[in-house]
Amino acid sequence: MTTAAVSPPKNYLNRDYGIASWLTTIDHKRIAWLYLVSITAFFFFGGAAATLIRLELATPAADVVETETYNRLFSLHGIVMVWFFLVPSIPATLGNFLIPLMIGARDVAFPRLNLLSWYLYIVGGVFTLAMAVAGGVDTGWTFYTPYSSLFANGQVVLAVVGVIVTGFSSILTGLNFIVTVHKMRAPGLHWTRLPLFVWANYATAIIMVLATPVLAITLLLIALERILGIGIFDPKVGGDPVLFQHLFWFYSHPAVYIMILPGMGVVSEIITCFARKRIFGYDGMAFALLAIALIGFLVWGHHLFVAGESVYAGVIFSLLSFMVAVPSGIKVFNWAATLYKGSVSFETPMLYAMGFVGLFTVGGLTGITVAATAVDVHVHDTYFVIAHFHYIMVGGMVMAYFGGLHFWWPKMTGRMYPDVWGRVAAITIFVGFNLTFFPQFVLGYLGMPRRYHTYPDEFQLLNVLSSAGAPVLAIGYLLPLVYLLYSLRWGPVAGSNPWEAKGLEWQTPSPPPEHNFDRLPIVTEEPYAYGLPKRDSDAARG
Amino acid sequence: MAYRSVIPTPPEAEAKPAPQFDSLRQQYEADTLGIWIFLASEILFFGGVFMTYTVYRAAYPEAFEAASGRLDLLLGGINTAILLTSSLTMTLADDAVLPRNRKALIGWLAVTALLGAVFLAIKGVEYSLEFGAHLAPIFARPFEFPEPHTEQARLFFSFYFALTGLHAVHLFIGIVVVLIMLVLAIRGAPRLEAKVTIAGLYWHLVDLIWVFVFPLLYLAARHG
Amino acid sequence: MAGADAVSDTPLLPAASTLAERVDTLFFTLTGLDALMVLVLSGLIIGFAVYYRRNARVNRTTDVPETKTEIVWSLGLLAVFLAIFVWAAHLYVEEASPLNNALEIHAIGKQWMWKFQHRNGRHEINELHVPLGVPVKVVLATQDVIHSFFVPAFRVKQDLVPGRYRTVWFTPSRIGRYHLFCAEYCGLDHSRMRGQVIVMEPAEYETWLAGGGGAESLPVQGEKLFSSLGCIVCHGAGSRVAAPSLAGIFGKPVPLKGGQTVIADETYIRNSILTSEKQVVAGYEPIMPSFAGRVTDSDLTRLIAYIKSLSGEEGRP
Repeated sequence: MTTAAVSPPKNYLNRDYGIASWLTTIDHKRIAWLYLVSITAFFFFGGAAATLIRLELATPAADVVETETYNRLFSLHGIVMVWFFLVPSIPATLGNFLIPLMIGARDVAFPRLNLLSWYLYIVGGVFTLAMAVAGGVDTGWTFYTPYSSLFANGQVVLAVVGVIVTGFSSILTGLNFIVTVHKMRAPGLHWTRLPLFVWANYATAIIMVLATPVLAITLLLIALERILGIGIFDPKVGGDPVLFQHLFWFYSHPAVYIMILPGMGVVSEIITCFARKRIFGYDGMAFALLAIALIGFLVWGHHLFVAGESVYAGVIFSLLSFMVAVPSGIKVFNWAATLYKGSVSFETPMLYAMGFVGLFTVGGLTGITVAATAVDVHVHDTYFVIAHFHYIMVGGMVMAYFGGLHFWWPKMTGRMYPDVWGRVAAITIFVGFNLTFFPQFVLGYLGMPRRYHTYPDEFQLLNVLSSAGAPVLAIGYLLPLVYLLYSLRWGPVAGSNPWEAKGLEWQTPSPPPEHNFDRLPIVTEEPYAYGLPKRDSDAARG
Repeated sequence: MAYRSVIPTPPEAEAKPAPQFDSLRQQYEADTLGIWIFLASEILFFGGVFMTYTVYRAAYPEAFEAASGRLDLLLGGINTAILLTSSLTMTLADDAVLPRNRKALIGWLAVTALLGAVFLAIKGVEYSLEFGAHLAPIFARPFEFPEPHTEQARLFFSFYFALTGLHAVHLFIGIVVVLIMLVLAIRGAPRLEAKVTIAGLYWHLVDLIWVFVFPLLYLAARHG
Repeated sequence: MAGADAVSDTPLLPAASTLAERVDTLFFTLTGLDALMVLVLSGLIIGFAVYYRRNARVNRTTDVPETKTEIVWSLGLLAVFLAIFVWAAHLYVEEASPLNNALEIHAIGKQWMWKFQHRNGRHEINELHVPLGVPVKVVLATQDVIHSFFVPAFRVKQDLVPGRYRTVWFTPSRIGRYHLFCAEYCGLDHSRMRGQVIVMEPAEYETWLAGGGGAESLPVQGEKLFSSLGCIVCHGAGSRVAAPSLAGIFGKPVPLKGGQTVIADETYIRNSILTSEKQVVAGYEPIMPSFAGRVTDSDLTRLIAYIKSLSGEEGRP
């Protein structure tokens, strides 16, 4: 507690120092930081695995690591990136920090549950690290049976327990967000005035609560099979290995929407601010978020087109997969339309948002390609699919995450980072990303399967191109680590609203005080009231 | 039960809403919405197992019926009655909160926890009978079941132990929660209405899950 | 292993099956549409962003009807997607449909190799010879975990699932040697579970097939096993044991105890040999012993071929 004569105003960061105050905090803003630090660590851990993978794949032969190691590396990469980075990334960091602020609340509905969520995440992480240290798993992040239940030699139980525990972290976060948004909005903040970031995290939370339990039970059944010897997926006792796939993908397909919807929310906030314009089609945007969440539960069978599901089921799942792309299309068109007649500037967050829209579109459209059953027969389990989901997850989600970090960094820290470096990093990431992943579309069409340690010589050129992009991407990711940390100490002090953005979170100082608002805000205007577009009908009013 | 306690109770600690809430009403609404959402996630959790079980039941009807016939219907039935009764006593406990009927609240909570414990004890007896009869395909124990259904019966019993085991874990947690409520009731803690309601909802869910588990597992052979 | 991967070196992927070109047409149309959409969208985004940049003095008043515009582009998108869906589904159903008079080859995948058995008994490891222009049916089985039979040049892929038989049909349309990959992660040497598919002129294929060192045809080998394993004791003519006759059963419905009826396909016969108690024929007792552990997958292939031959199922010799 500082008692200097002229002390900086009390905010959530400086009201208490010491590690104990951080580890026992129930302040949503501090919990967001706890997540941010841990997620960043896992991101670089998963990224290190990816670096080794790309290094190995630069040559057709197995000359960097042993095959056993390679198989464990790609499995680790998937497990860490999906469950320890992508799923929690925006919701647990930006969502936790911003949702109460955006709705004018003092905290989330269940602050202690929030802290518990983080501890569960960490415990899950410890299991996963233990798994990696004890030798890892080589089942892929998908744990298909009977390989994972009866044949694999690795630490399957540790891996699966780690994921289950982290899954509970997800469920509790989702629960917290749903109740917070339903019950704690400031007066005047009707559902139709909610920022799309809140809508996006709300839709995500619904998926978290309903889908993750199915993952938990599916993985638990594998653990039971390995520990107790019960044979639920063992074909020799009449078990069905394909049933595992149905159960697994029933969660994991909605999970990819958990991973992308928050990014879409971030992009809506950024584009409106830097085009100084209302979002085009607010109702459509909110509706699209919910539609994606709902339809996303109905498409899991598109992962099983060649796995043993019937042709009829395949056709139905294909149709539904085409349907789910329509609301995404609405969002992309609406973002473009928001720029129309806007007043656009190109600060770092805007570059990330624009990059998101382009790359997500590529990823989403190639999703249409794989939803086309006859094509998927050819490209399933090849690098085409890898490119498809990396365009969405990395080209989309990670860029949205970085964009969000850069947009709200001044709010969270009270400091501004050098925008020049921000833009350099954003462009580097965009270029490096395309270099790394675009060649993989071609590789996949040509037939290179995924999870291959060695490959036929003729695939080498494209692999070299892909591996050449990886260091560029890595530099792009490391730059923000440097200048954002730098800004904490030497960046210029940012005021409460350096971007002149709308939204309740900007109506409070940066960094916010512990209880967010000194006075309860009352909402009287619609979201994104930037004054544009000027309507012909209001032009007279000026 | 027409008896109402008139013993004066120590004043409850002054109830204030938690700092993030504006009113007790808001907090109560948030708490109840929260528990309902949690229950939804539990339903999906058990739903996954129910679904898997049902797929296999449809694939191997004869074997599953034969295996189901080996379960102890009497003990299972008694347990069902116990759990249903405990939901009643839990409701009675909940009803006693608002009128500040502390004695009734404490009494009914205690009975609920006791019934839960009896359920677990009986379940333990059943398990020991099944282990003794070599019907537990766990930890490489010998499993004996007449041909031709041996392998699928093994599958059935895997589900039996997994499902009833998961249920038992949830019930155990429920008993702990009820005991915590008991302690809070004795101490006259604030906001009992919300807390007991939440505990009650969780208890009813555990009961409801059993209402599905019992017919799926025990009554497979008894239809028509 | 590197030398074994010599394959026809065409720059893009050869289209070596009759359906491959149609898959390519669909794929490239989709790619073209995707590229067009990306160009249009990026063009709009960059165009708008630059034209309406912060200090540009341009007209910013607008009365674009939002909902109408959204409906138009949503319906447009939906229409395009439905058209693609129908096209793809149609091709997919055709890919999955049986071909008449198909040459039958049995494939067994196991960690980490492919074994193929032709009807006349000739078998090969990690190589698959097939004749040009002849419909081929490959019956896929795995001995351990899930694998996937993937021939990029044919645009064909199908997972091998333990406990069942899967089938894949194709008609090779181009002479050459093409990659065969396992496309479902199956353990340590998944990336080395590769082979070649060799498409030959039909006459050459016959020559190759006959040059198998005089191996007997699969049905003949199966008949020998039928005898040596003792099946004939119960199922042969004149047996005093009540066991169903196997003549003519392949492909026909079989009523089971318990009321269901199943078709006697490869999976049914396999299951009857390994775990007959799961599907006892109506009117019979479950007294058939299990042969699990006493027959290999290759044996099963031979026995099935023999039983098929009792139905007059003719494949190509």
